[in-house]
Amino acid sequence: MDDRVGGAGQEDQGFDTSKLLKNAARQRDERNYDDFLIIDVDSHHYETEAFREIAGYIRDPVLRNEALYQGAGSGGITSELGNYQSMAGRVTRYPGRRKEKTPVAPHRDITLMRRWMDAMGVDIACMFPTPMLNLASCQRIDVQVGLATAYNQWLCERILAEDSRLKSMLYLPLHSPSACEEIIAEFADRKGVIGFMVTAPHYASVYDNAYAKSYAALQERGLPLAFHAGFPSGDQALKLTNRFIGLHALGFPWFNMIHMTNWIINGMSERFPQLKTIWIESGLAWIPFLMQRLDNEFMMRTSDAPLLKRLPSEYMQEMFYSSQPMERVRNAKALEVTFEMINAPSQLLYSSDYPHWDMDLPSTIYDLPFLDEVAKRNILGENARKLFKLGNELSDTKLARRQARGGER
Amino acid sequence: MVDTLVCSETELADGKMRLIQAGQAEIAVIRKDGRYYAYENLCPHQGGPACEGVLMPAVRDVIGAGGIYRGQQFDEAEMHIVCPWHGYEFRLSDGRHAVASGLGLRRFEAFVREGSVYVRA
Repeated sequence: MDDRVGGAGQEDQGFDTSKLLKNAARQRDERNYDDFLIIDVDSHHYETEAFREIAGYIRDPVLRNEALYQGAGSGGITSELGNYQSMAGRVTRYPGRRKEKTPVAPHRDITLMRRWMDAMGVDIACMFPTPMLNLASCQRIDVQVGLATAYNQWLCERILAEDSRLKSMLYLPLHSPSACEEIIAEFADRKGVIGFMVTAPHYASVYDNAYAKSYAALQERGLPLAFHAGFPSGDQALKLTNRFIGLHALGFPWFNMIHMTNWIINGMSERFPQLKTIWIESGLAWIPFLMQRLDNEFMMRTSDAPLLKRLPSEYMQEMFYSSQPMERVRNAKALEVTFEMINAPSQLLYSSDYPHWDMDLPSTIYDLPFLDEVAKRNILGENARKLFKLGNELSDTKLARRQARGGER
Repeated sequence: MVDTLVCSETELADGKMRLIQAGQAEIAVIRKDGRYYAYENLCPHQGGPACEGVLMPAVRDVIGAGGIYRGQQFDEAEMHIVCPWHGYEFRLSDGRHAVASGLGLRRFEAFVREGSVYVRA
């Protein structure tokens, strides 16, 4: 890899402002600045370097604690996202992860993935990035494309190629339709690639003809298209929220509701009938709402959606949904009805979202009283195995445990 | 009921926690402001190790006259046990969830006898 960062031929001897400005000092002396007054009316310092000191002066103790935890600068307390997912240190794996020791090989990401997977009993995991889920909010399209392509290549070569238990649906930079086509063509056949993903918060309409080639390519290859919820960074309506709980509770389903509505109303399920879609990390409660809303309006305005041959909810029942963050509702009947409305035993895919703050363990599915054993196992693994055409071999750690206790391999 | 020795009083600093195994239950003993509290280290939400997280004061919104928001304060009089998995908060004083009082940590009796801390389980 050609690394061009750094000075040309200069050994790194640290940095000294006086040294950098030695020619300015010469000019000072040559021009006799010592003889008159000079006032600079616009200069700067980087207050971020003293941010901990400054934060100590915040008078609101709760805000002070948050600021000290988050720091300043990108991703800090003043960022658009108000990035305190970890609740100012309450969810300890956020600060703890940086201190976790891993061996030199395999890659640290593989080790960390395997550790939580083995602890939870997960055999195969589809992994996604975290901060890069916000890449679609970057106004520089070339940056979106460049980073997406680099990430996809890195993931394929350094992670997916090394561990058969790890899979991914690769990132598509939706704001560049041609780049989406190129990424599908280049990476669709790589080991561990089981589909492609767009992050839901973006301002491109999914029905745009510009995406037809990408949808057709995915359909032809039998690869699903996933819409992964994320932070709606910069969304004007959601900027009205002032606490993360509001931003997250509304923001994660919000864009998937928009894209689902557009997908349904524009007849994408009729135009690409074999293309399977997965709606990720918006929870489940939004789906019955949207089904009822769209069905009711469609009965009155069928001419607005002339490609539809059935009710919107019937198309939605054939789509796939990830389970997390599954709403633990006060009225348990609501969850049961939700499962019924989305055909959960065949359409719901367990997801943990680990290590994020609202992660769900497999027990969130396994302990549901209204599911039978077959339905539980379908949701926890079989539905995904069929959708992604995966093998059914258990993980090596599970096999070893089974062998140790005298079971079958 | 069996009394299980946790440690001597001097081995448990204020604000710190000790874990012991008592039968099937893993019990956390927490010392705070000279008092001892004992709860099962099991969150009723998703089974997280509730007592292995941080102890945090309750957060209060400060609302002034006329319903004006005046910021937030920590309420040091109400300490919370925060489950490190998802942030569920339980009152240190009684183990009940900060809002949903029907939810809580299983509580045990913790006491000092002759300079040692015990749990009755």
